[in-house]
Order: sequence, then structure tokens, then C-alpha cells
Amino acid sequence: MKLLFSRDTWQEIFGSIRKNKGRTVITVIGVLWGIFIYITLSGAAKGLNNGFTLEFQDMATNSMFVWSNQTSVPYAGFKTGRRPQFKISDVEQLKTKIPQIEFIAPRNVKGMWDGSPAKVVYGQKDGSYNVYGDFPSLVKIAAKKIFDGGRFLNEEDINLSRKVCVIGERTQTDLFDKEDDPLGKYIRVDGSYFKVIGVHKFEPGGGFESDSDIYIPFTTFRKLYNSGENVGWFAIAAYDDANVTQVEADVKNTLKKIHQIAPEDDRALGSFNLGEMFNRIMGFANGMTFLSLVVGVATILAGVIGIGNILLISVKERTKELGIRRALGATPGEVRGLILLESVFLTLVAGMMGIVLGAFVLFGINAATQGLEFPYSNPTVPISFVLGALAIMVVLGTLIGLIPAQRAVSIKPIDALREE
Amino acid sequence: MIEVKDIHKSYKMGQNSLKVLKGINLNINEGELVAIMGSSGSGKSTLLNILGMLDEAETGEYILDGVLIKNLNETKAAHYRNKFLGFVFQSFNLINYKTAAENVALPLYYQKTNRKERQEKALAYLQKVGLGEWAGHLPSEMSGGQKQRVAIARALAAAPKVLLADEPTGALDTKTSYEVMDLIQQINDEGKTILIVTHEEDIANMCKRIVRLKDGVIIEDVKVEQVRAAQYVQ
Repeated sequence: MKLLFSRDTWQEIFGSIRKNKGRTVITVIGVLWGIFIYITLSGAAKGLNNGFTLEFQDMATNSMFVWSNQTSVPYAGFKTGRRPQFKISDVEQLKTKIPQIEFIAPRNVKGMWDGSPAKVVYGQKDGSYNVYGDFPSLVKIAAKKIFDGGRFLNEEDINLSRKVCVIGERTQTDLFDKEDDPLGKYIRVDGSYFKVIGVHKFEPGGGFESDSDIYIPFTTFRKLYNSGENVGWFAIAAYDDANVTQVEADVKNTLKKIHQIAPEDDRALGSFNLGEMFNRIMGFANGMTFLSLVVGVATILAGVIGIGNILLISVKERTKELGIRRALGATPGEVRGLILLESVFLTLVAGMMGIVLGAFVLFGINAATQGLEFPYSNPTVPISFVLGALAIMVVLGTLIGLIPAQRAVSIKPIDALREE
Repeated sequence: MIEVKDIHKSYKMGQNSLKVLKGINLNINEGELVAIMGSSGSGKSTLLNILGMLDEAETGEYILDGVLIKNLNETKAAHYRNKFLGFVFQSFNLINYKTAAENVALPLYYQKTNRKERQEKALAYLQKVGLGEWAGHLPSEMSGGQKQRVAIARALAAAPKVLLADEPTGALDTKTSYEVMDLIQQINDEGKTILIVTHEEDIANMCKRIVRLKDGVIIEDVKVEQVRAAQYVQ
């Protein structure tokens, strides 16, 4: 320890480093490159990871959708090929049977797979858009970002079957002039006038929805399209600690019971589990992180081995000098310490330079990907990774340094002095 | 000061072993200036290496300043070398990226002398060998004679009991050789015990005692009238 903090020790080390500038530079570049790759790779992977997380942040990742298809097994006197019709009353039953459900939003749509899209007119402009009949609880499952000043549907809208709607950002650009604020304006949806109360921002990922969707209260939808108690499909969010896959199975079983579908009929109900997809994508991102760690560490290792190699040559070159030192009274321990410290010092300096360089590159990547339609955000390397890398470098530097250090002391001083 | 009893040493050359020292007995008292002479292969350098603890005898006894030097591990040998011995080599063996003062201070560094004292001592010894103004110069900027004087200053810096010089004038011209010998004589005058390995008669004659080796044994050991080197130096 005393050796480590003595000014003399460092003077000796700097002396020998300064003496071999070329060698030192090459050595440093080896490790610098390794740590640079490590930092850049793991930072980039982290950026990807962050990007995906950001994509999913507005979505309850423990959410799922369930809809009905045609039955494929005859059951309870029904033939196959029947399409079970979900009812609004299913909601209460599902909620009581499955306590893991936090939110459940029955939904209907005009357009998509249920008929043709609604014809929407504003002033001279018109277009065909999908219209959804929704409950306010939908935002708890798939968040809708509403632009400044607007709002999403609320309970009052449902209770009073208000003719209000939330339009998509593309609907806005299609129907409204740039200076025209859509809020409070009335658009005609399949013959009825709706007041625009908000514009939602499109968040890609997971669903089938688009940036032109129009949301109206479920109760209004019912009146407009005469859908009665019918429900197109359910969007369900489970509690955070619940197993979504299990909830998904439970929901389907319950719905099968209600709608008299054969328990073994796997085709009658369709479902989509966002949690599973989320896990798969995050698994991919985590895999990238892991890969970058492995590659990075391997590159560091290669760099450190390079240091060991060059120090071996250096020890060979310095055989005579080390012999002189030992003739003058340097103990093998002191010689070994000198070489080891040189190795660790070079490794650390190179490592820190690599970290700084890597940080700059990550900074550049971040600036370059800003505002791109690419799941990439805030590429950082956790401090624990950096410290871990530094620790690995010190340990490896020491281990690798041991080889030339041992070589240095294994030569007898007399042989070392004879060397020319 | 130095007591050597029946020292044997051989080197293995493949299957054969070459006997280099075949029973050397030598007593050197404090303050002596001894020349060890012999043709190449006579074993004189080997003897000096054993005395310098750079090599170890196979059999026999070596007592230095009352300490029996035996079964040394490298660390202990390093300590003894540092404490008892100063080395001067034919090829100077200065560390080429260190200045004269740093070279002289090196043995003190290994003695764990503190920094300030080390620098003062190094400068003092450099002045002693007449190179005070060269303290900040690198060996590459000096002549052979100057380098050897730095080496002598370095050997003296640790205040050793014995100075061992292996052909100290071997790489120098006659004039410079005499200058170096003059310095060695002056140091000896102050009471330092010095051993010089040489094969030059004139250098040997500047010592007080000549030990001649041939084929690993001492064939002659005589005290001589010292020729002062100062008379050849202007």
C-alpha cells in the first residue's frame, strides 16, 4: 500500500513509460479500443432498450384483448360456425369471477372488421375513418395522449350519451386547415354531428389502431349504430402483480361459459396478450445488452492481453536495466511491483480514456437519433457497468502483468547484467 | 572485511560441467585496494560475482563484514547488496533514461531514504567525483569517463562497506582510465575497501595488492608499491 502512494513509485513508473512512448501509446490504444467498444456497444444496446421501454410506456404491458371468432366445436345444441356475441353484461361477470382484472373496457368499432368505415365530413372536406365506441377506462389500458387543451371521453359523456368525439392527428390534418383549431368544432359522423373534444396522438405499437381513429362514447355509439347490448371486444388490464397469461386463460374460460362455447374450442375466441409481446421484445433488447456485454468484455480482454504482450517485450528490452536495479538493491518484490503497477496504471489510464471517448460517441449517437422514428432513446451505460469494467480491467491488468513481472524477476541479476 | 574460504564454482555446459573456481581462499582487510588479475577464463569475474552476491558459490564459506553469506534468497541478497556493496561495471550500466543525479540516487531509493536526503546525497557524491554540474544530464550526453565517474558516485551513494569494480577502465582510453583510477585511489585513501577486476598491468599496479588467478586458483597474492595515478593526470 505504501508503495502505491509513494511519489517515488510513480516517478519510477512515469520514467519507464516516458522512455517508451511508442510502446506506451500502442498499448494504451489496445485497451482504449476495447473499453471504447464495450462502452459504445452496451450504451447503444441500452439506448435500444430504453427506446422499446419508451414505446411501451403508455401501454399497460399487462394488458390483453379478447374477441370472438367462429366456433369450431358443436356444443350445447349449437352448430359450429356460430359467432358468439359478447354482451355488455359480460363485464360484470368477468370482474366478479376474475379478481386480477384491474380495468376492463368493452369496445365497439365501425369499420375495421365490422362493416365499412364511417363517413366523416367537416365543411368541404370528408373522409372515411374507423369509429370506436369506448369507455373512459380505455385510457387506463392503452393510454391516449391528448393534445393540448383537449380531453378524452369521461363518465358524463357515457351517462348522457353525449355526441362528442376524440379524433386522431391524421383526421385533424385531413379535415381541418392548419390554423383551424378543431376543439369545439362539429364534424358529421355517418349523418350525426359530433363535437370534437380532443385530438389524440398516435402511439405506435401493439394494437391495430391508427392515427386516424375517432373515439365516441360507447353509449352514443350504441344509439348511432344500433348495436344494443353488443360488445365487439374487450380490452382488459390486469393488476401489475398478476400473471397476464393466466388472466388471459381465465377470461376466455369465463367467456366460453357465458356464451356456451365448448371448453375445448380453441378457435372460438381470439386474444392478444400485450404482456407476452412486451416480454418478447424486451427479451430481444435484453439479449442485445447481454451480447454487447459479452463482446465488450471480450474486446477488453483482448486489449489487456495486448498489454501483457507488450509488457513482456518491454521486460525483455529492460532486462539489463532491471538487472542494474537488482544489483543496486532492488528486491524481486520491488521489481515485480514496478512492472505490475505499470501494467495496472496503463490499463486504467487507457480504460478511462476509452470511457470518455465512448461517452462522446454515445452522445453523438443520441444527438443523431433525436426525433427519428426509431426506438432509440438516451443511450447510457449504467455506472455499475462502467465500474465493473474498470474492476475487470484492474484485475485483468494485474493478472496479465504478473506474467512479465514474474519473467522480470526470474532472470538472475547476473544474467541480466550480462545481457547486451 | 572479506573472508573467503575454499570456494568452488562450476558451470554446467550441457553434459559437461566446467570448473571455474577450484578452491579460492582470500582475506581482504578493511581499507585495502585489491586488484584481481587473470586472463579471460581464469575465473576472476566469477569470483567478483560471488563476492557481489550476484552469484552463489557451490561450496565454501564467504563472510562479509562478519556476516556469513549463505543460502540467500533473492530478497535477502538484494538487501545485502544494497547495504554492503557498491558496484562499478565495465559498461557503466547507468539507466539511460535517468539523469546522472537520478542514477546516483537509485541505491538510496532502494534503501528507502527519503526524497530530499536522497537528492542532497546524490548531488554531494556527484560533486565528489567532479560532476556536480552534470547532475541534470542524461548518460547519453556524457563521455565514457564521465559515465564511469557517475557509476562510481552511484556505487558510493549507498555508503557500502566494499566497492566492487569489474574492469572499471575496460572501456576507457588510457588517459581517462588514469583519471578514474585517481578517483578510486582517492576514495580508497578515505578508507573504503575496494576490489578491482582487471587485466591491465598498469591499472593493477595502481592498487595496493595484486591477486592473480589462473584456471580457477590463486597463483600469486602480493602486496605492491602503489603507483599514484595522480601523476599522470593534469
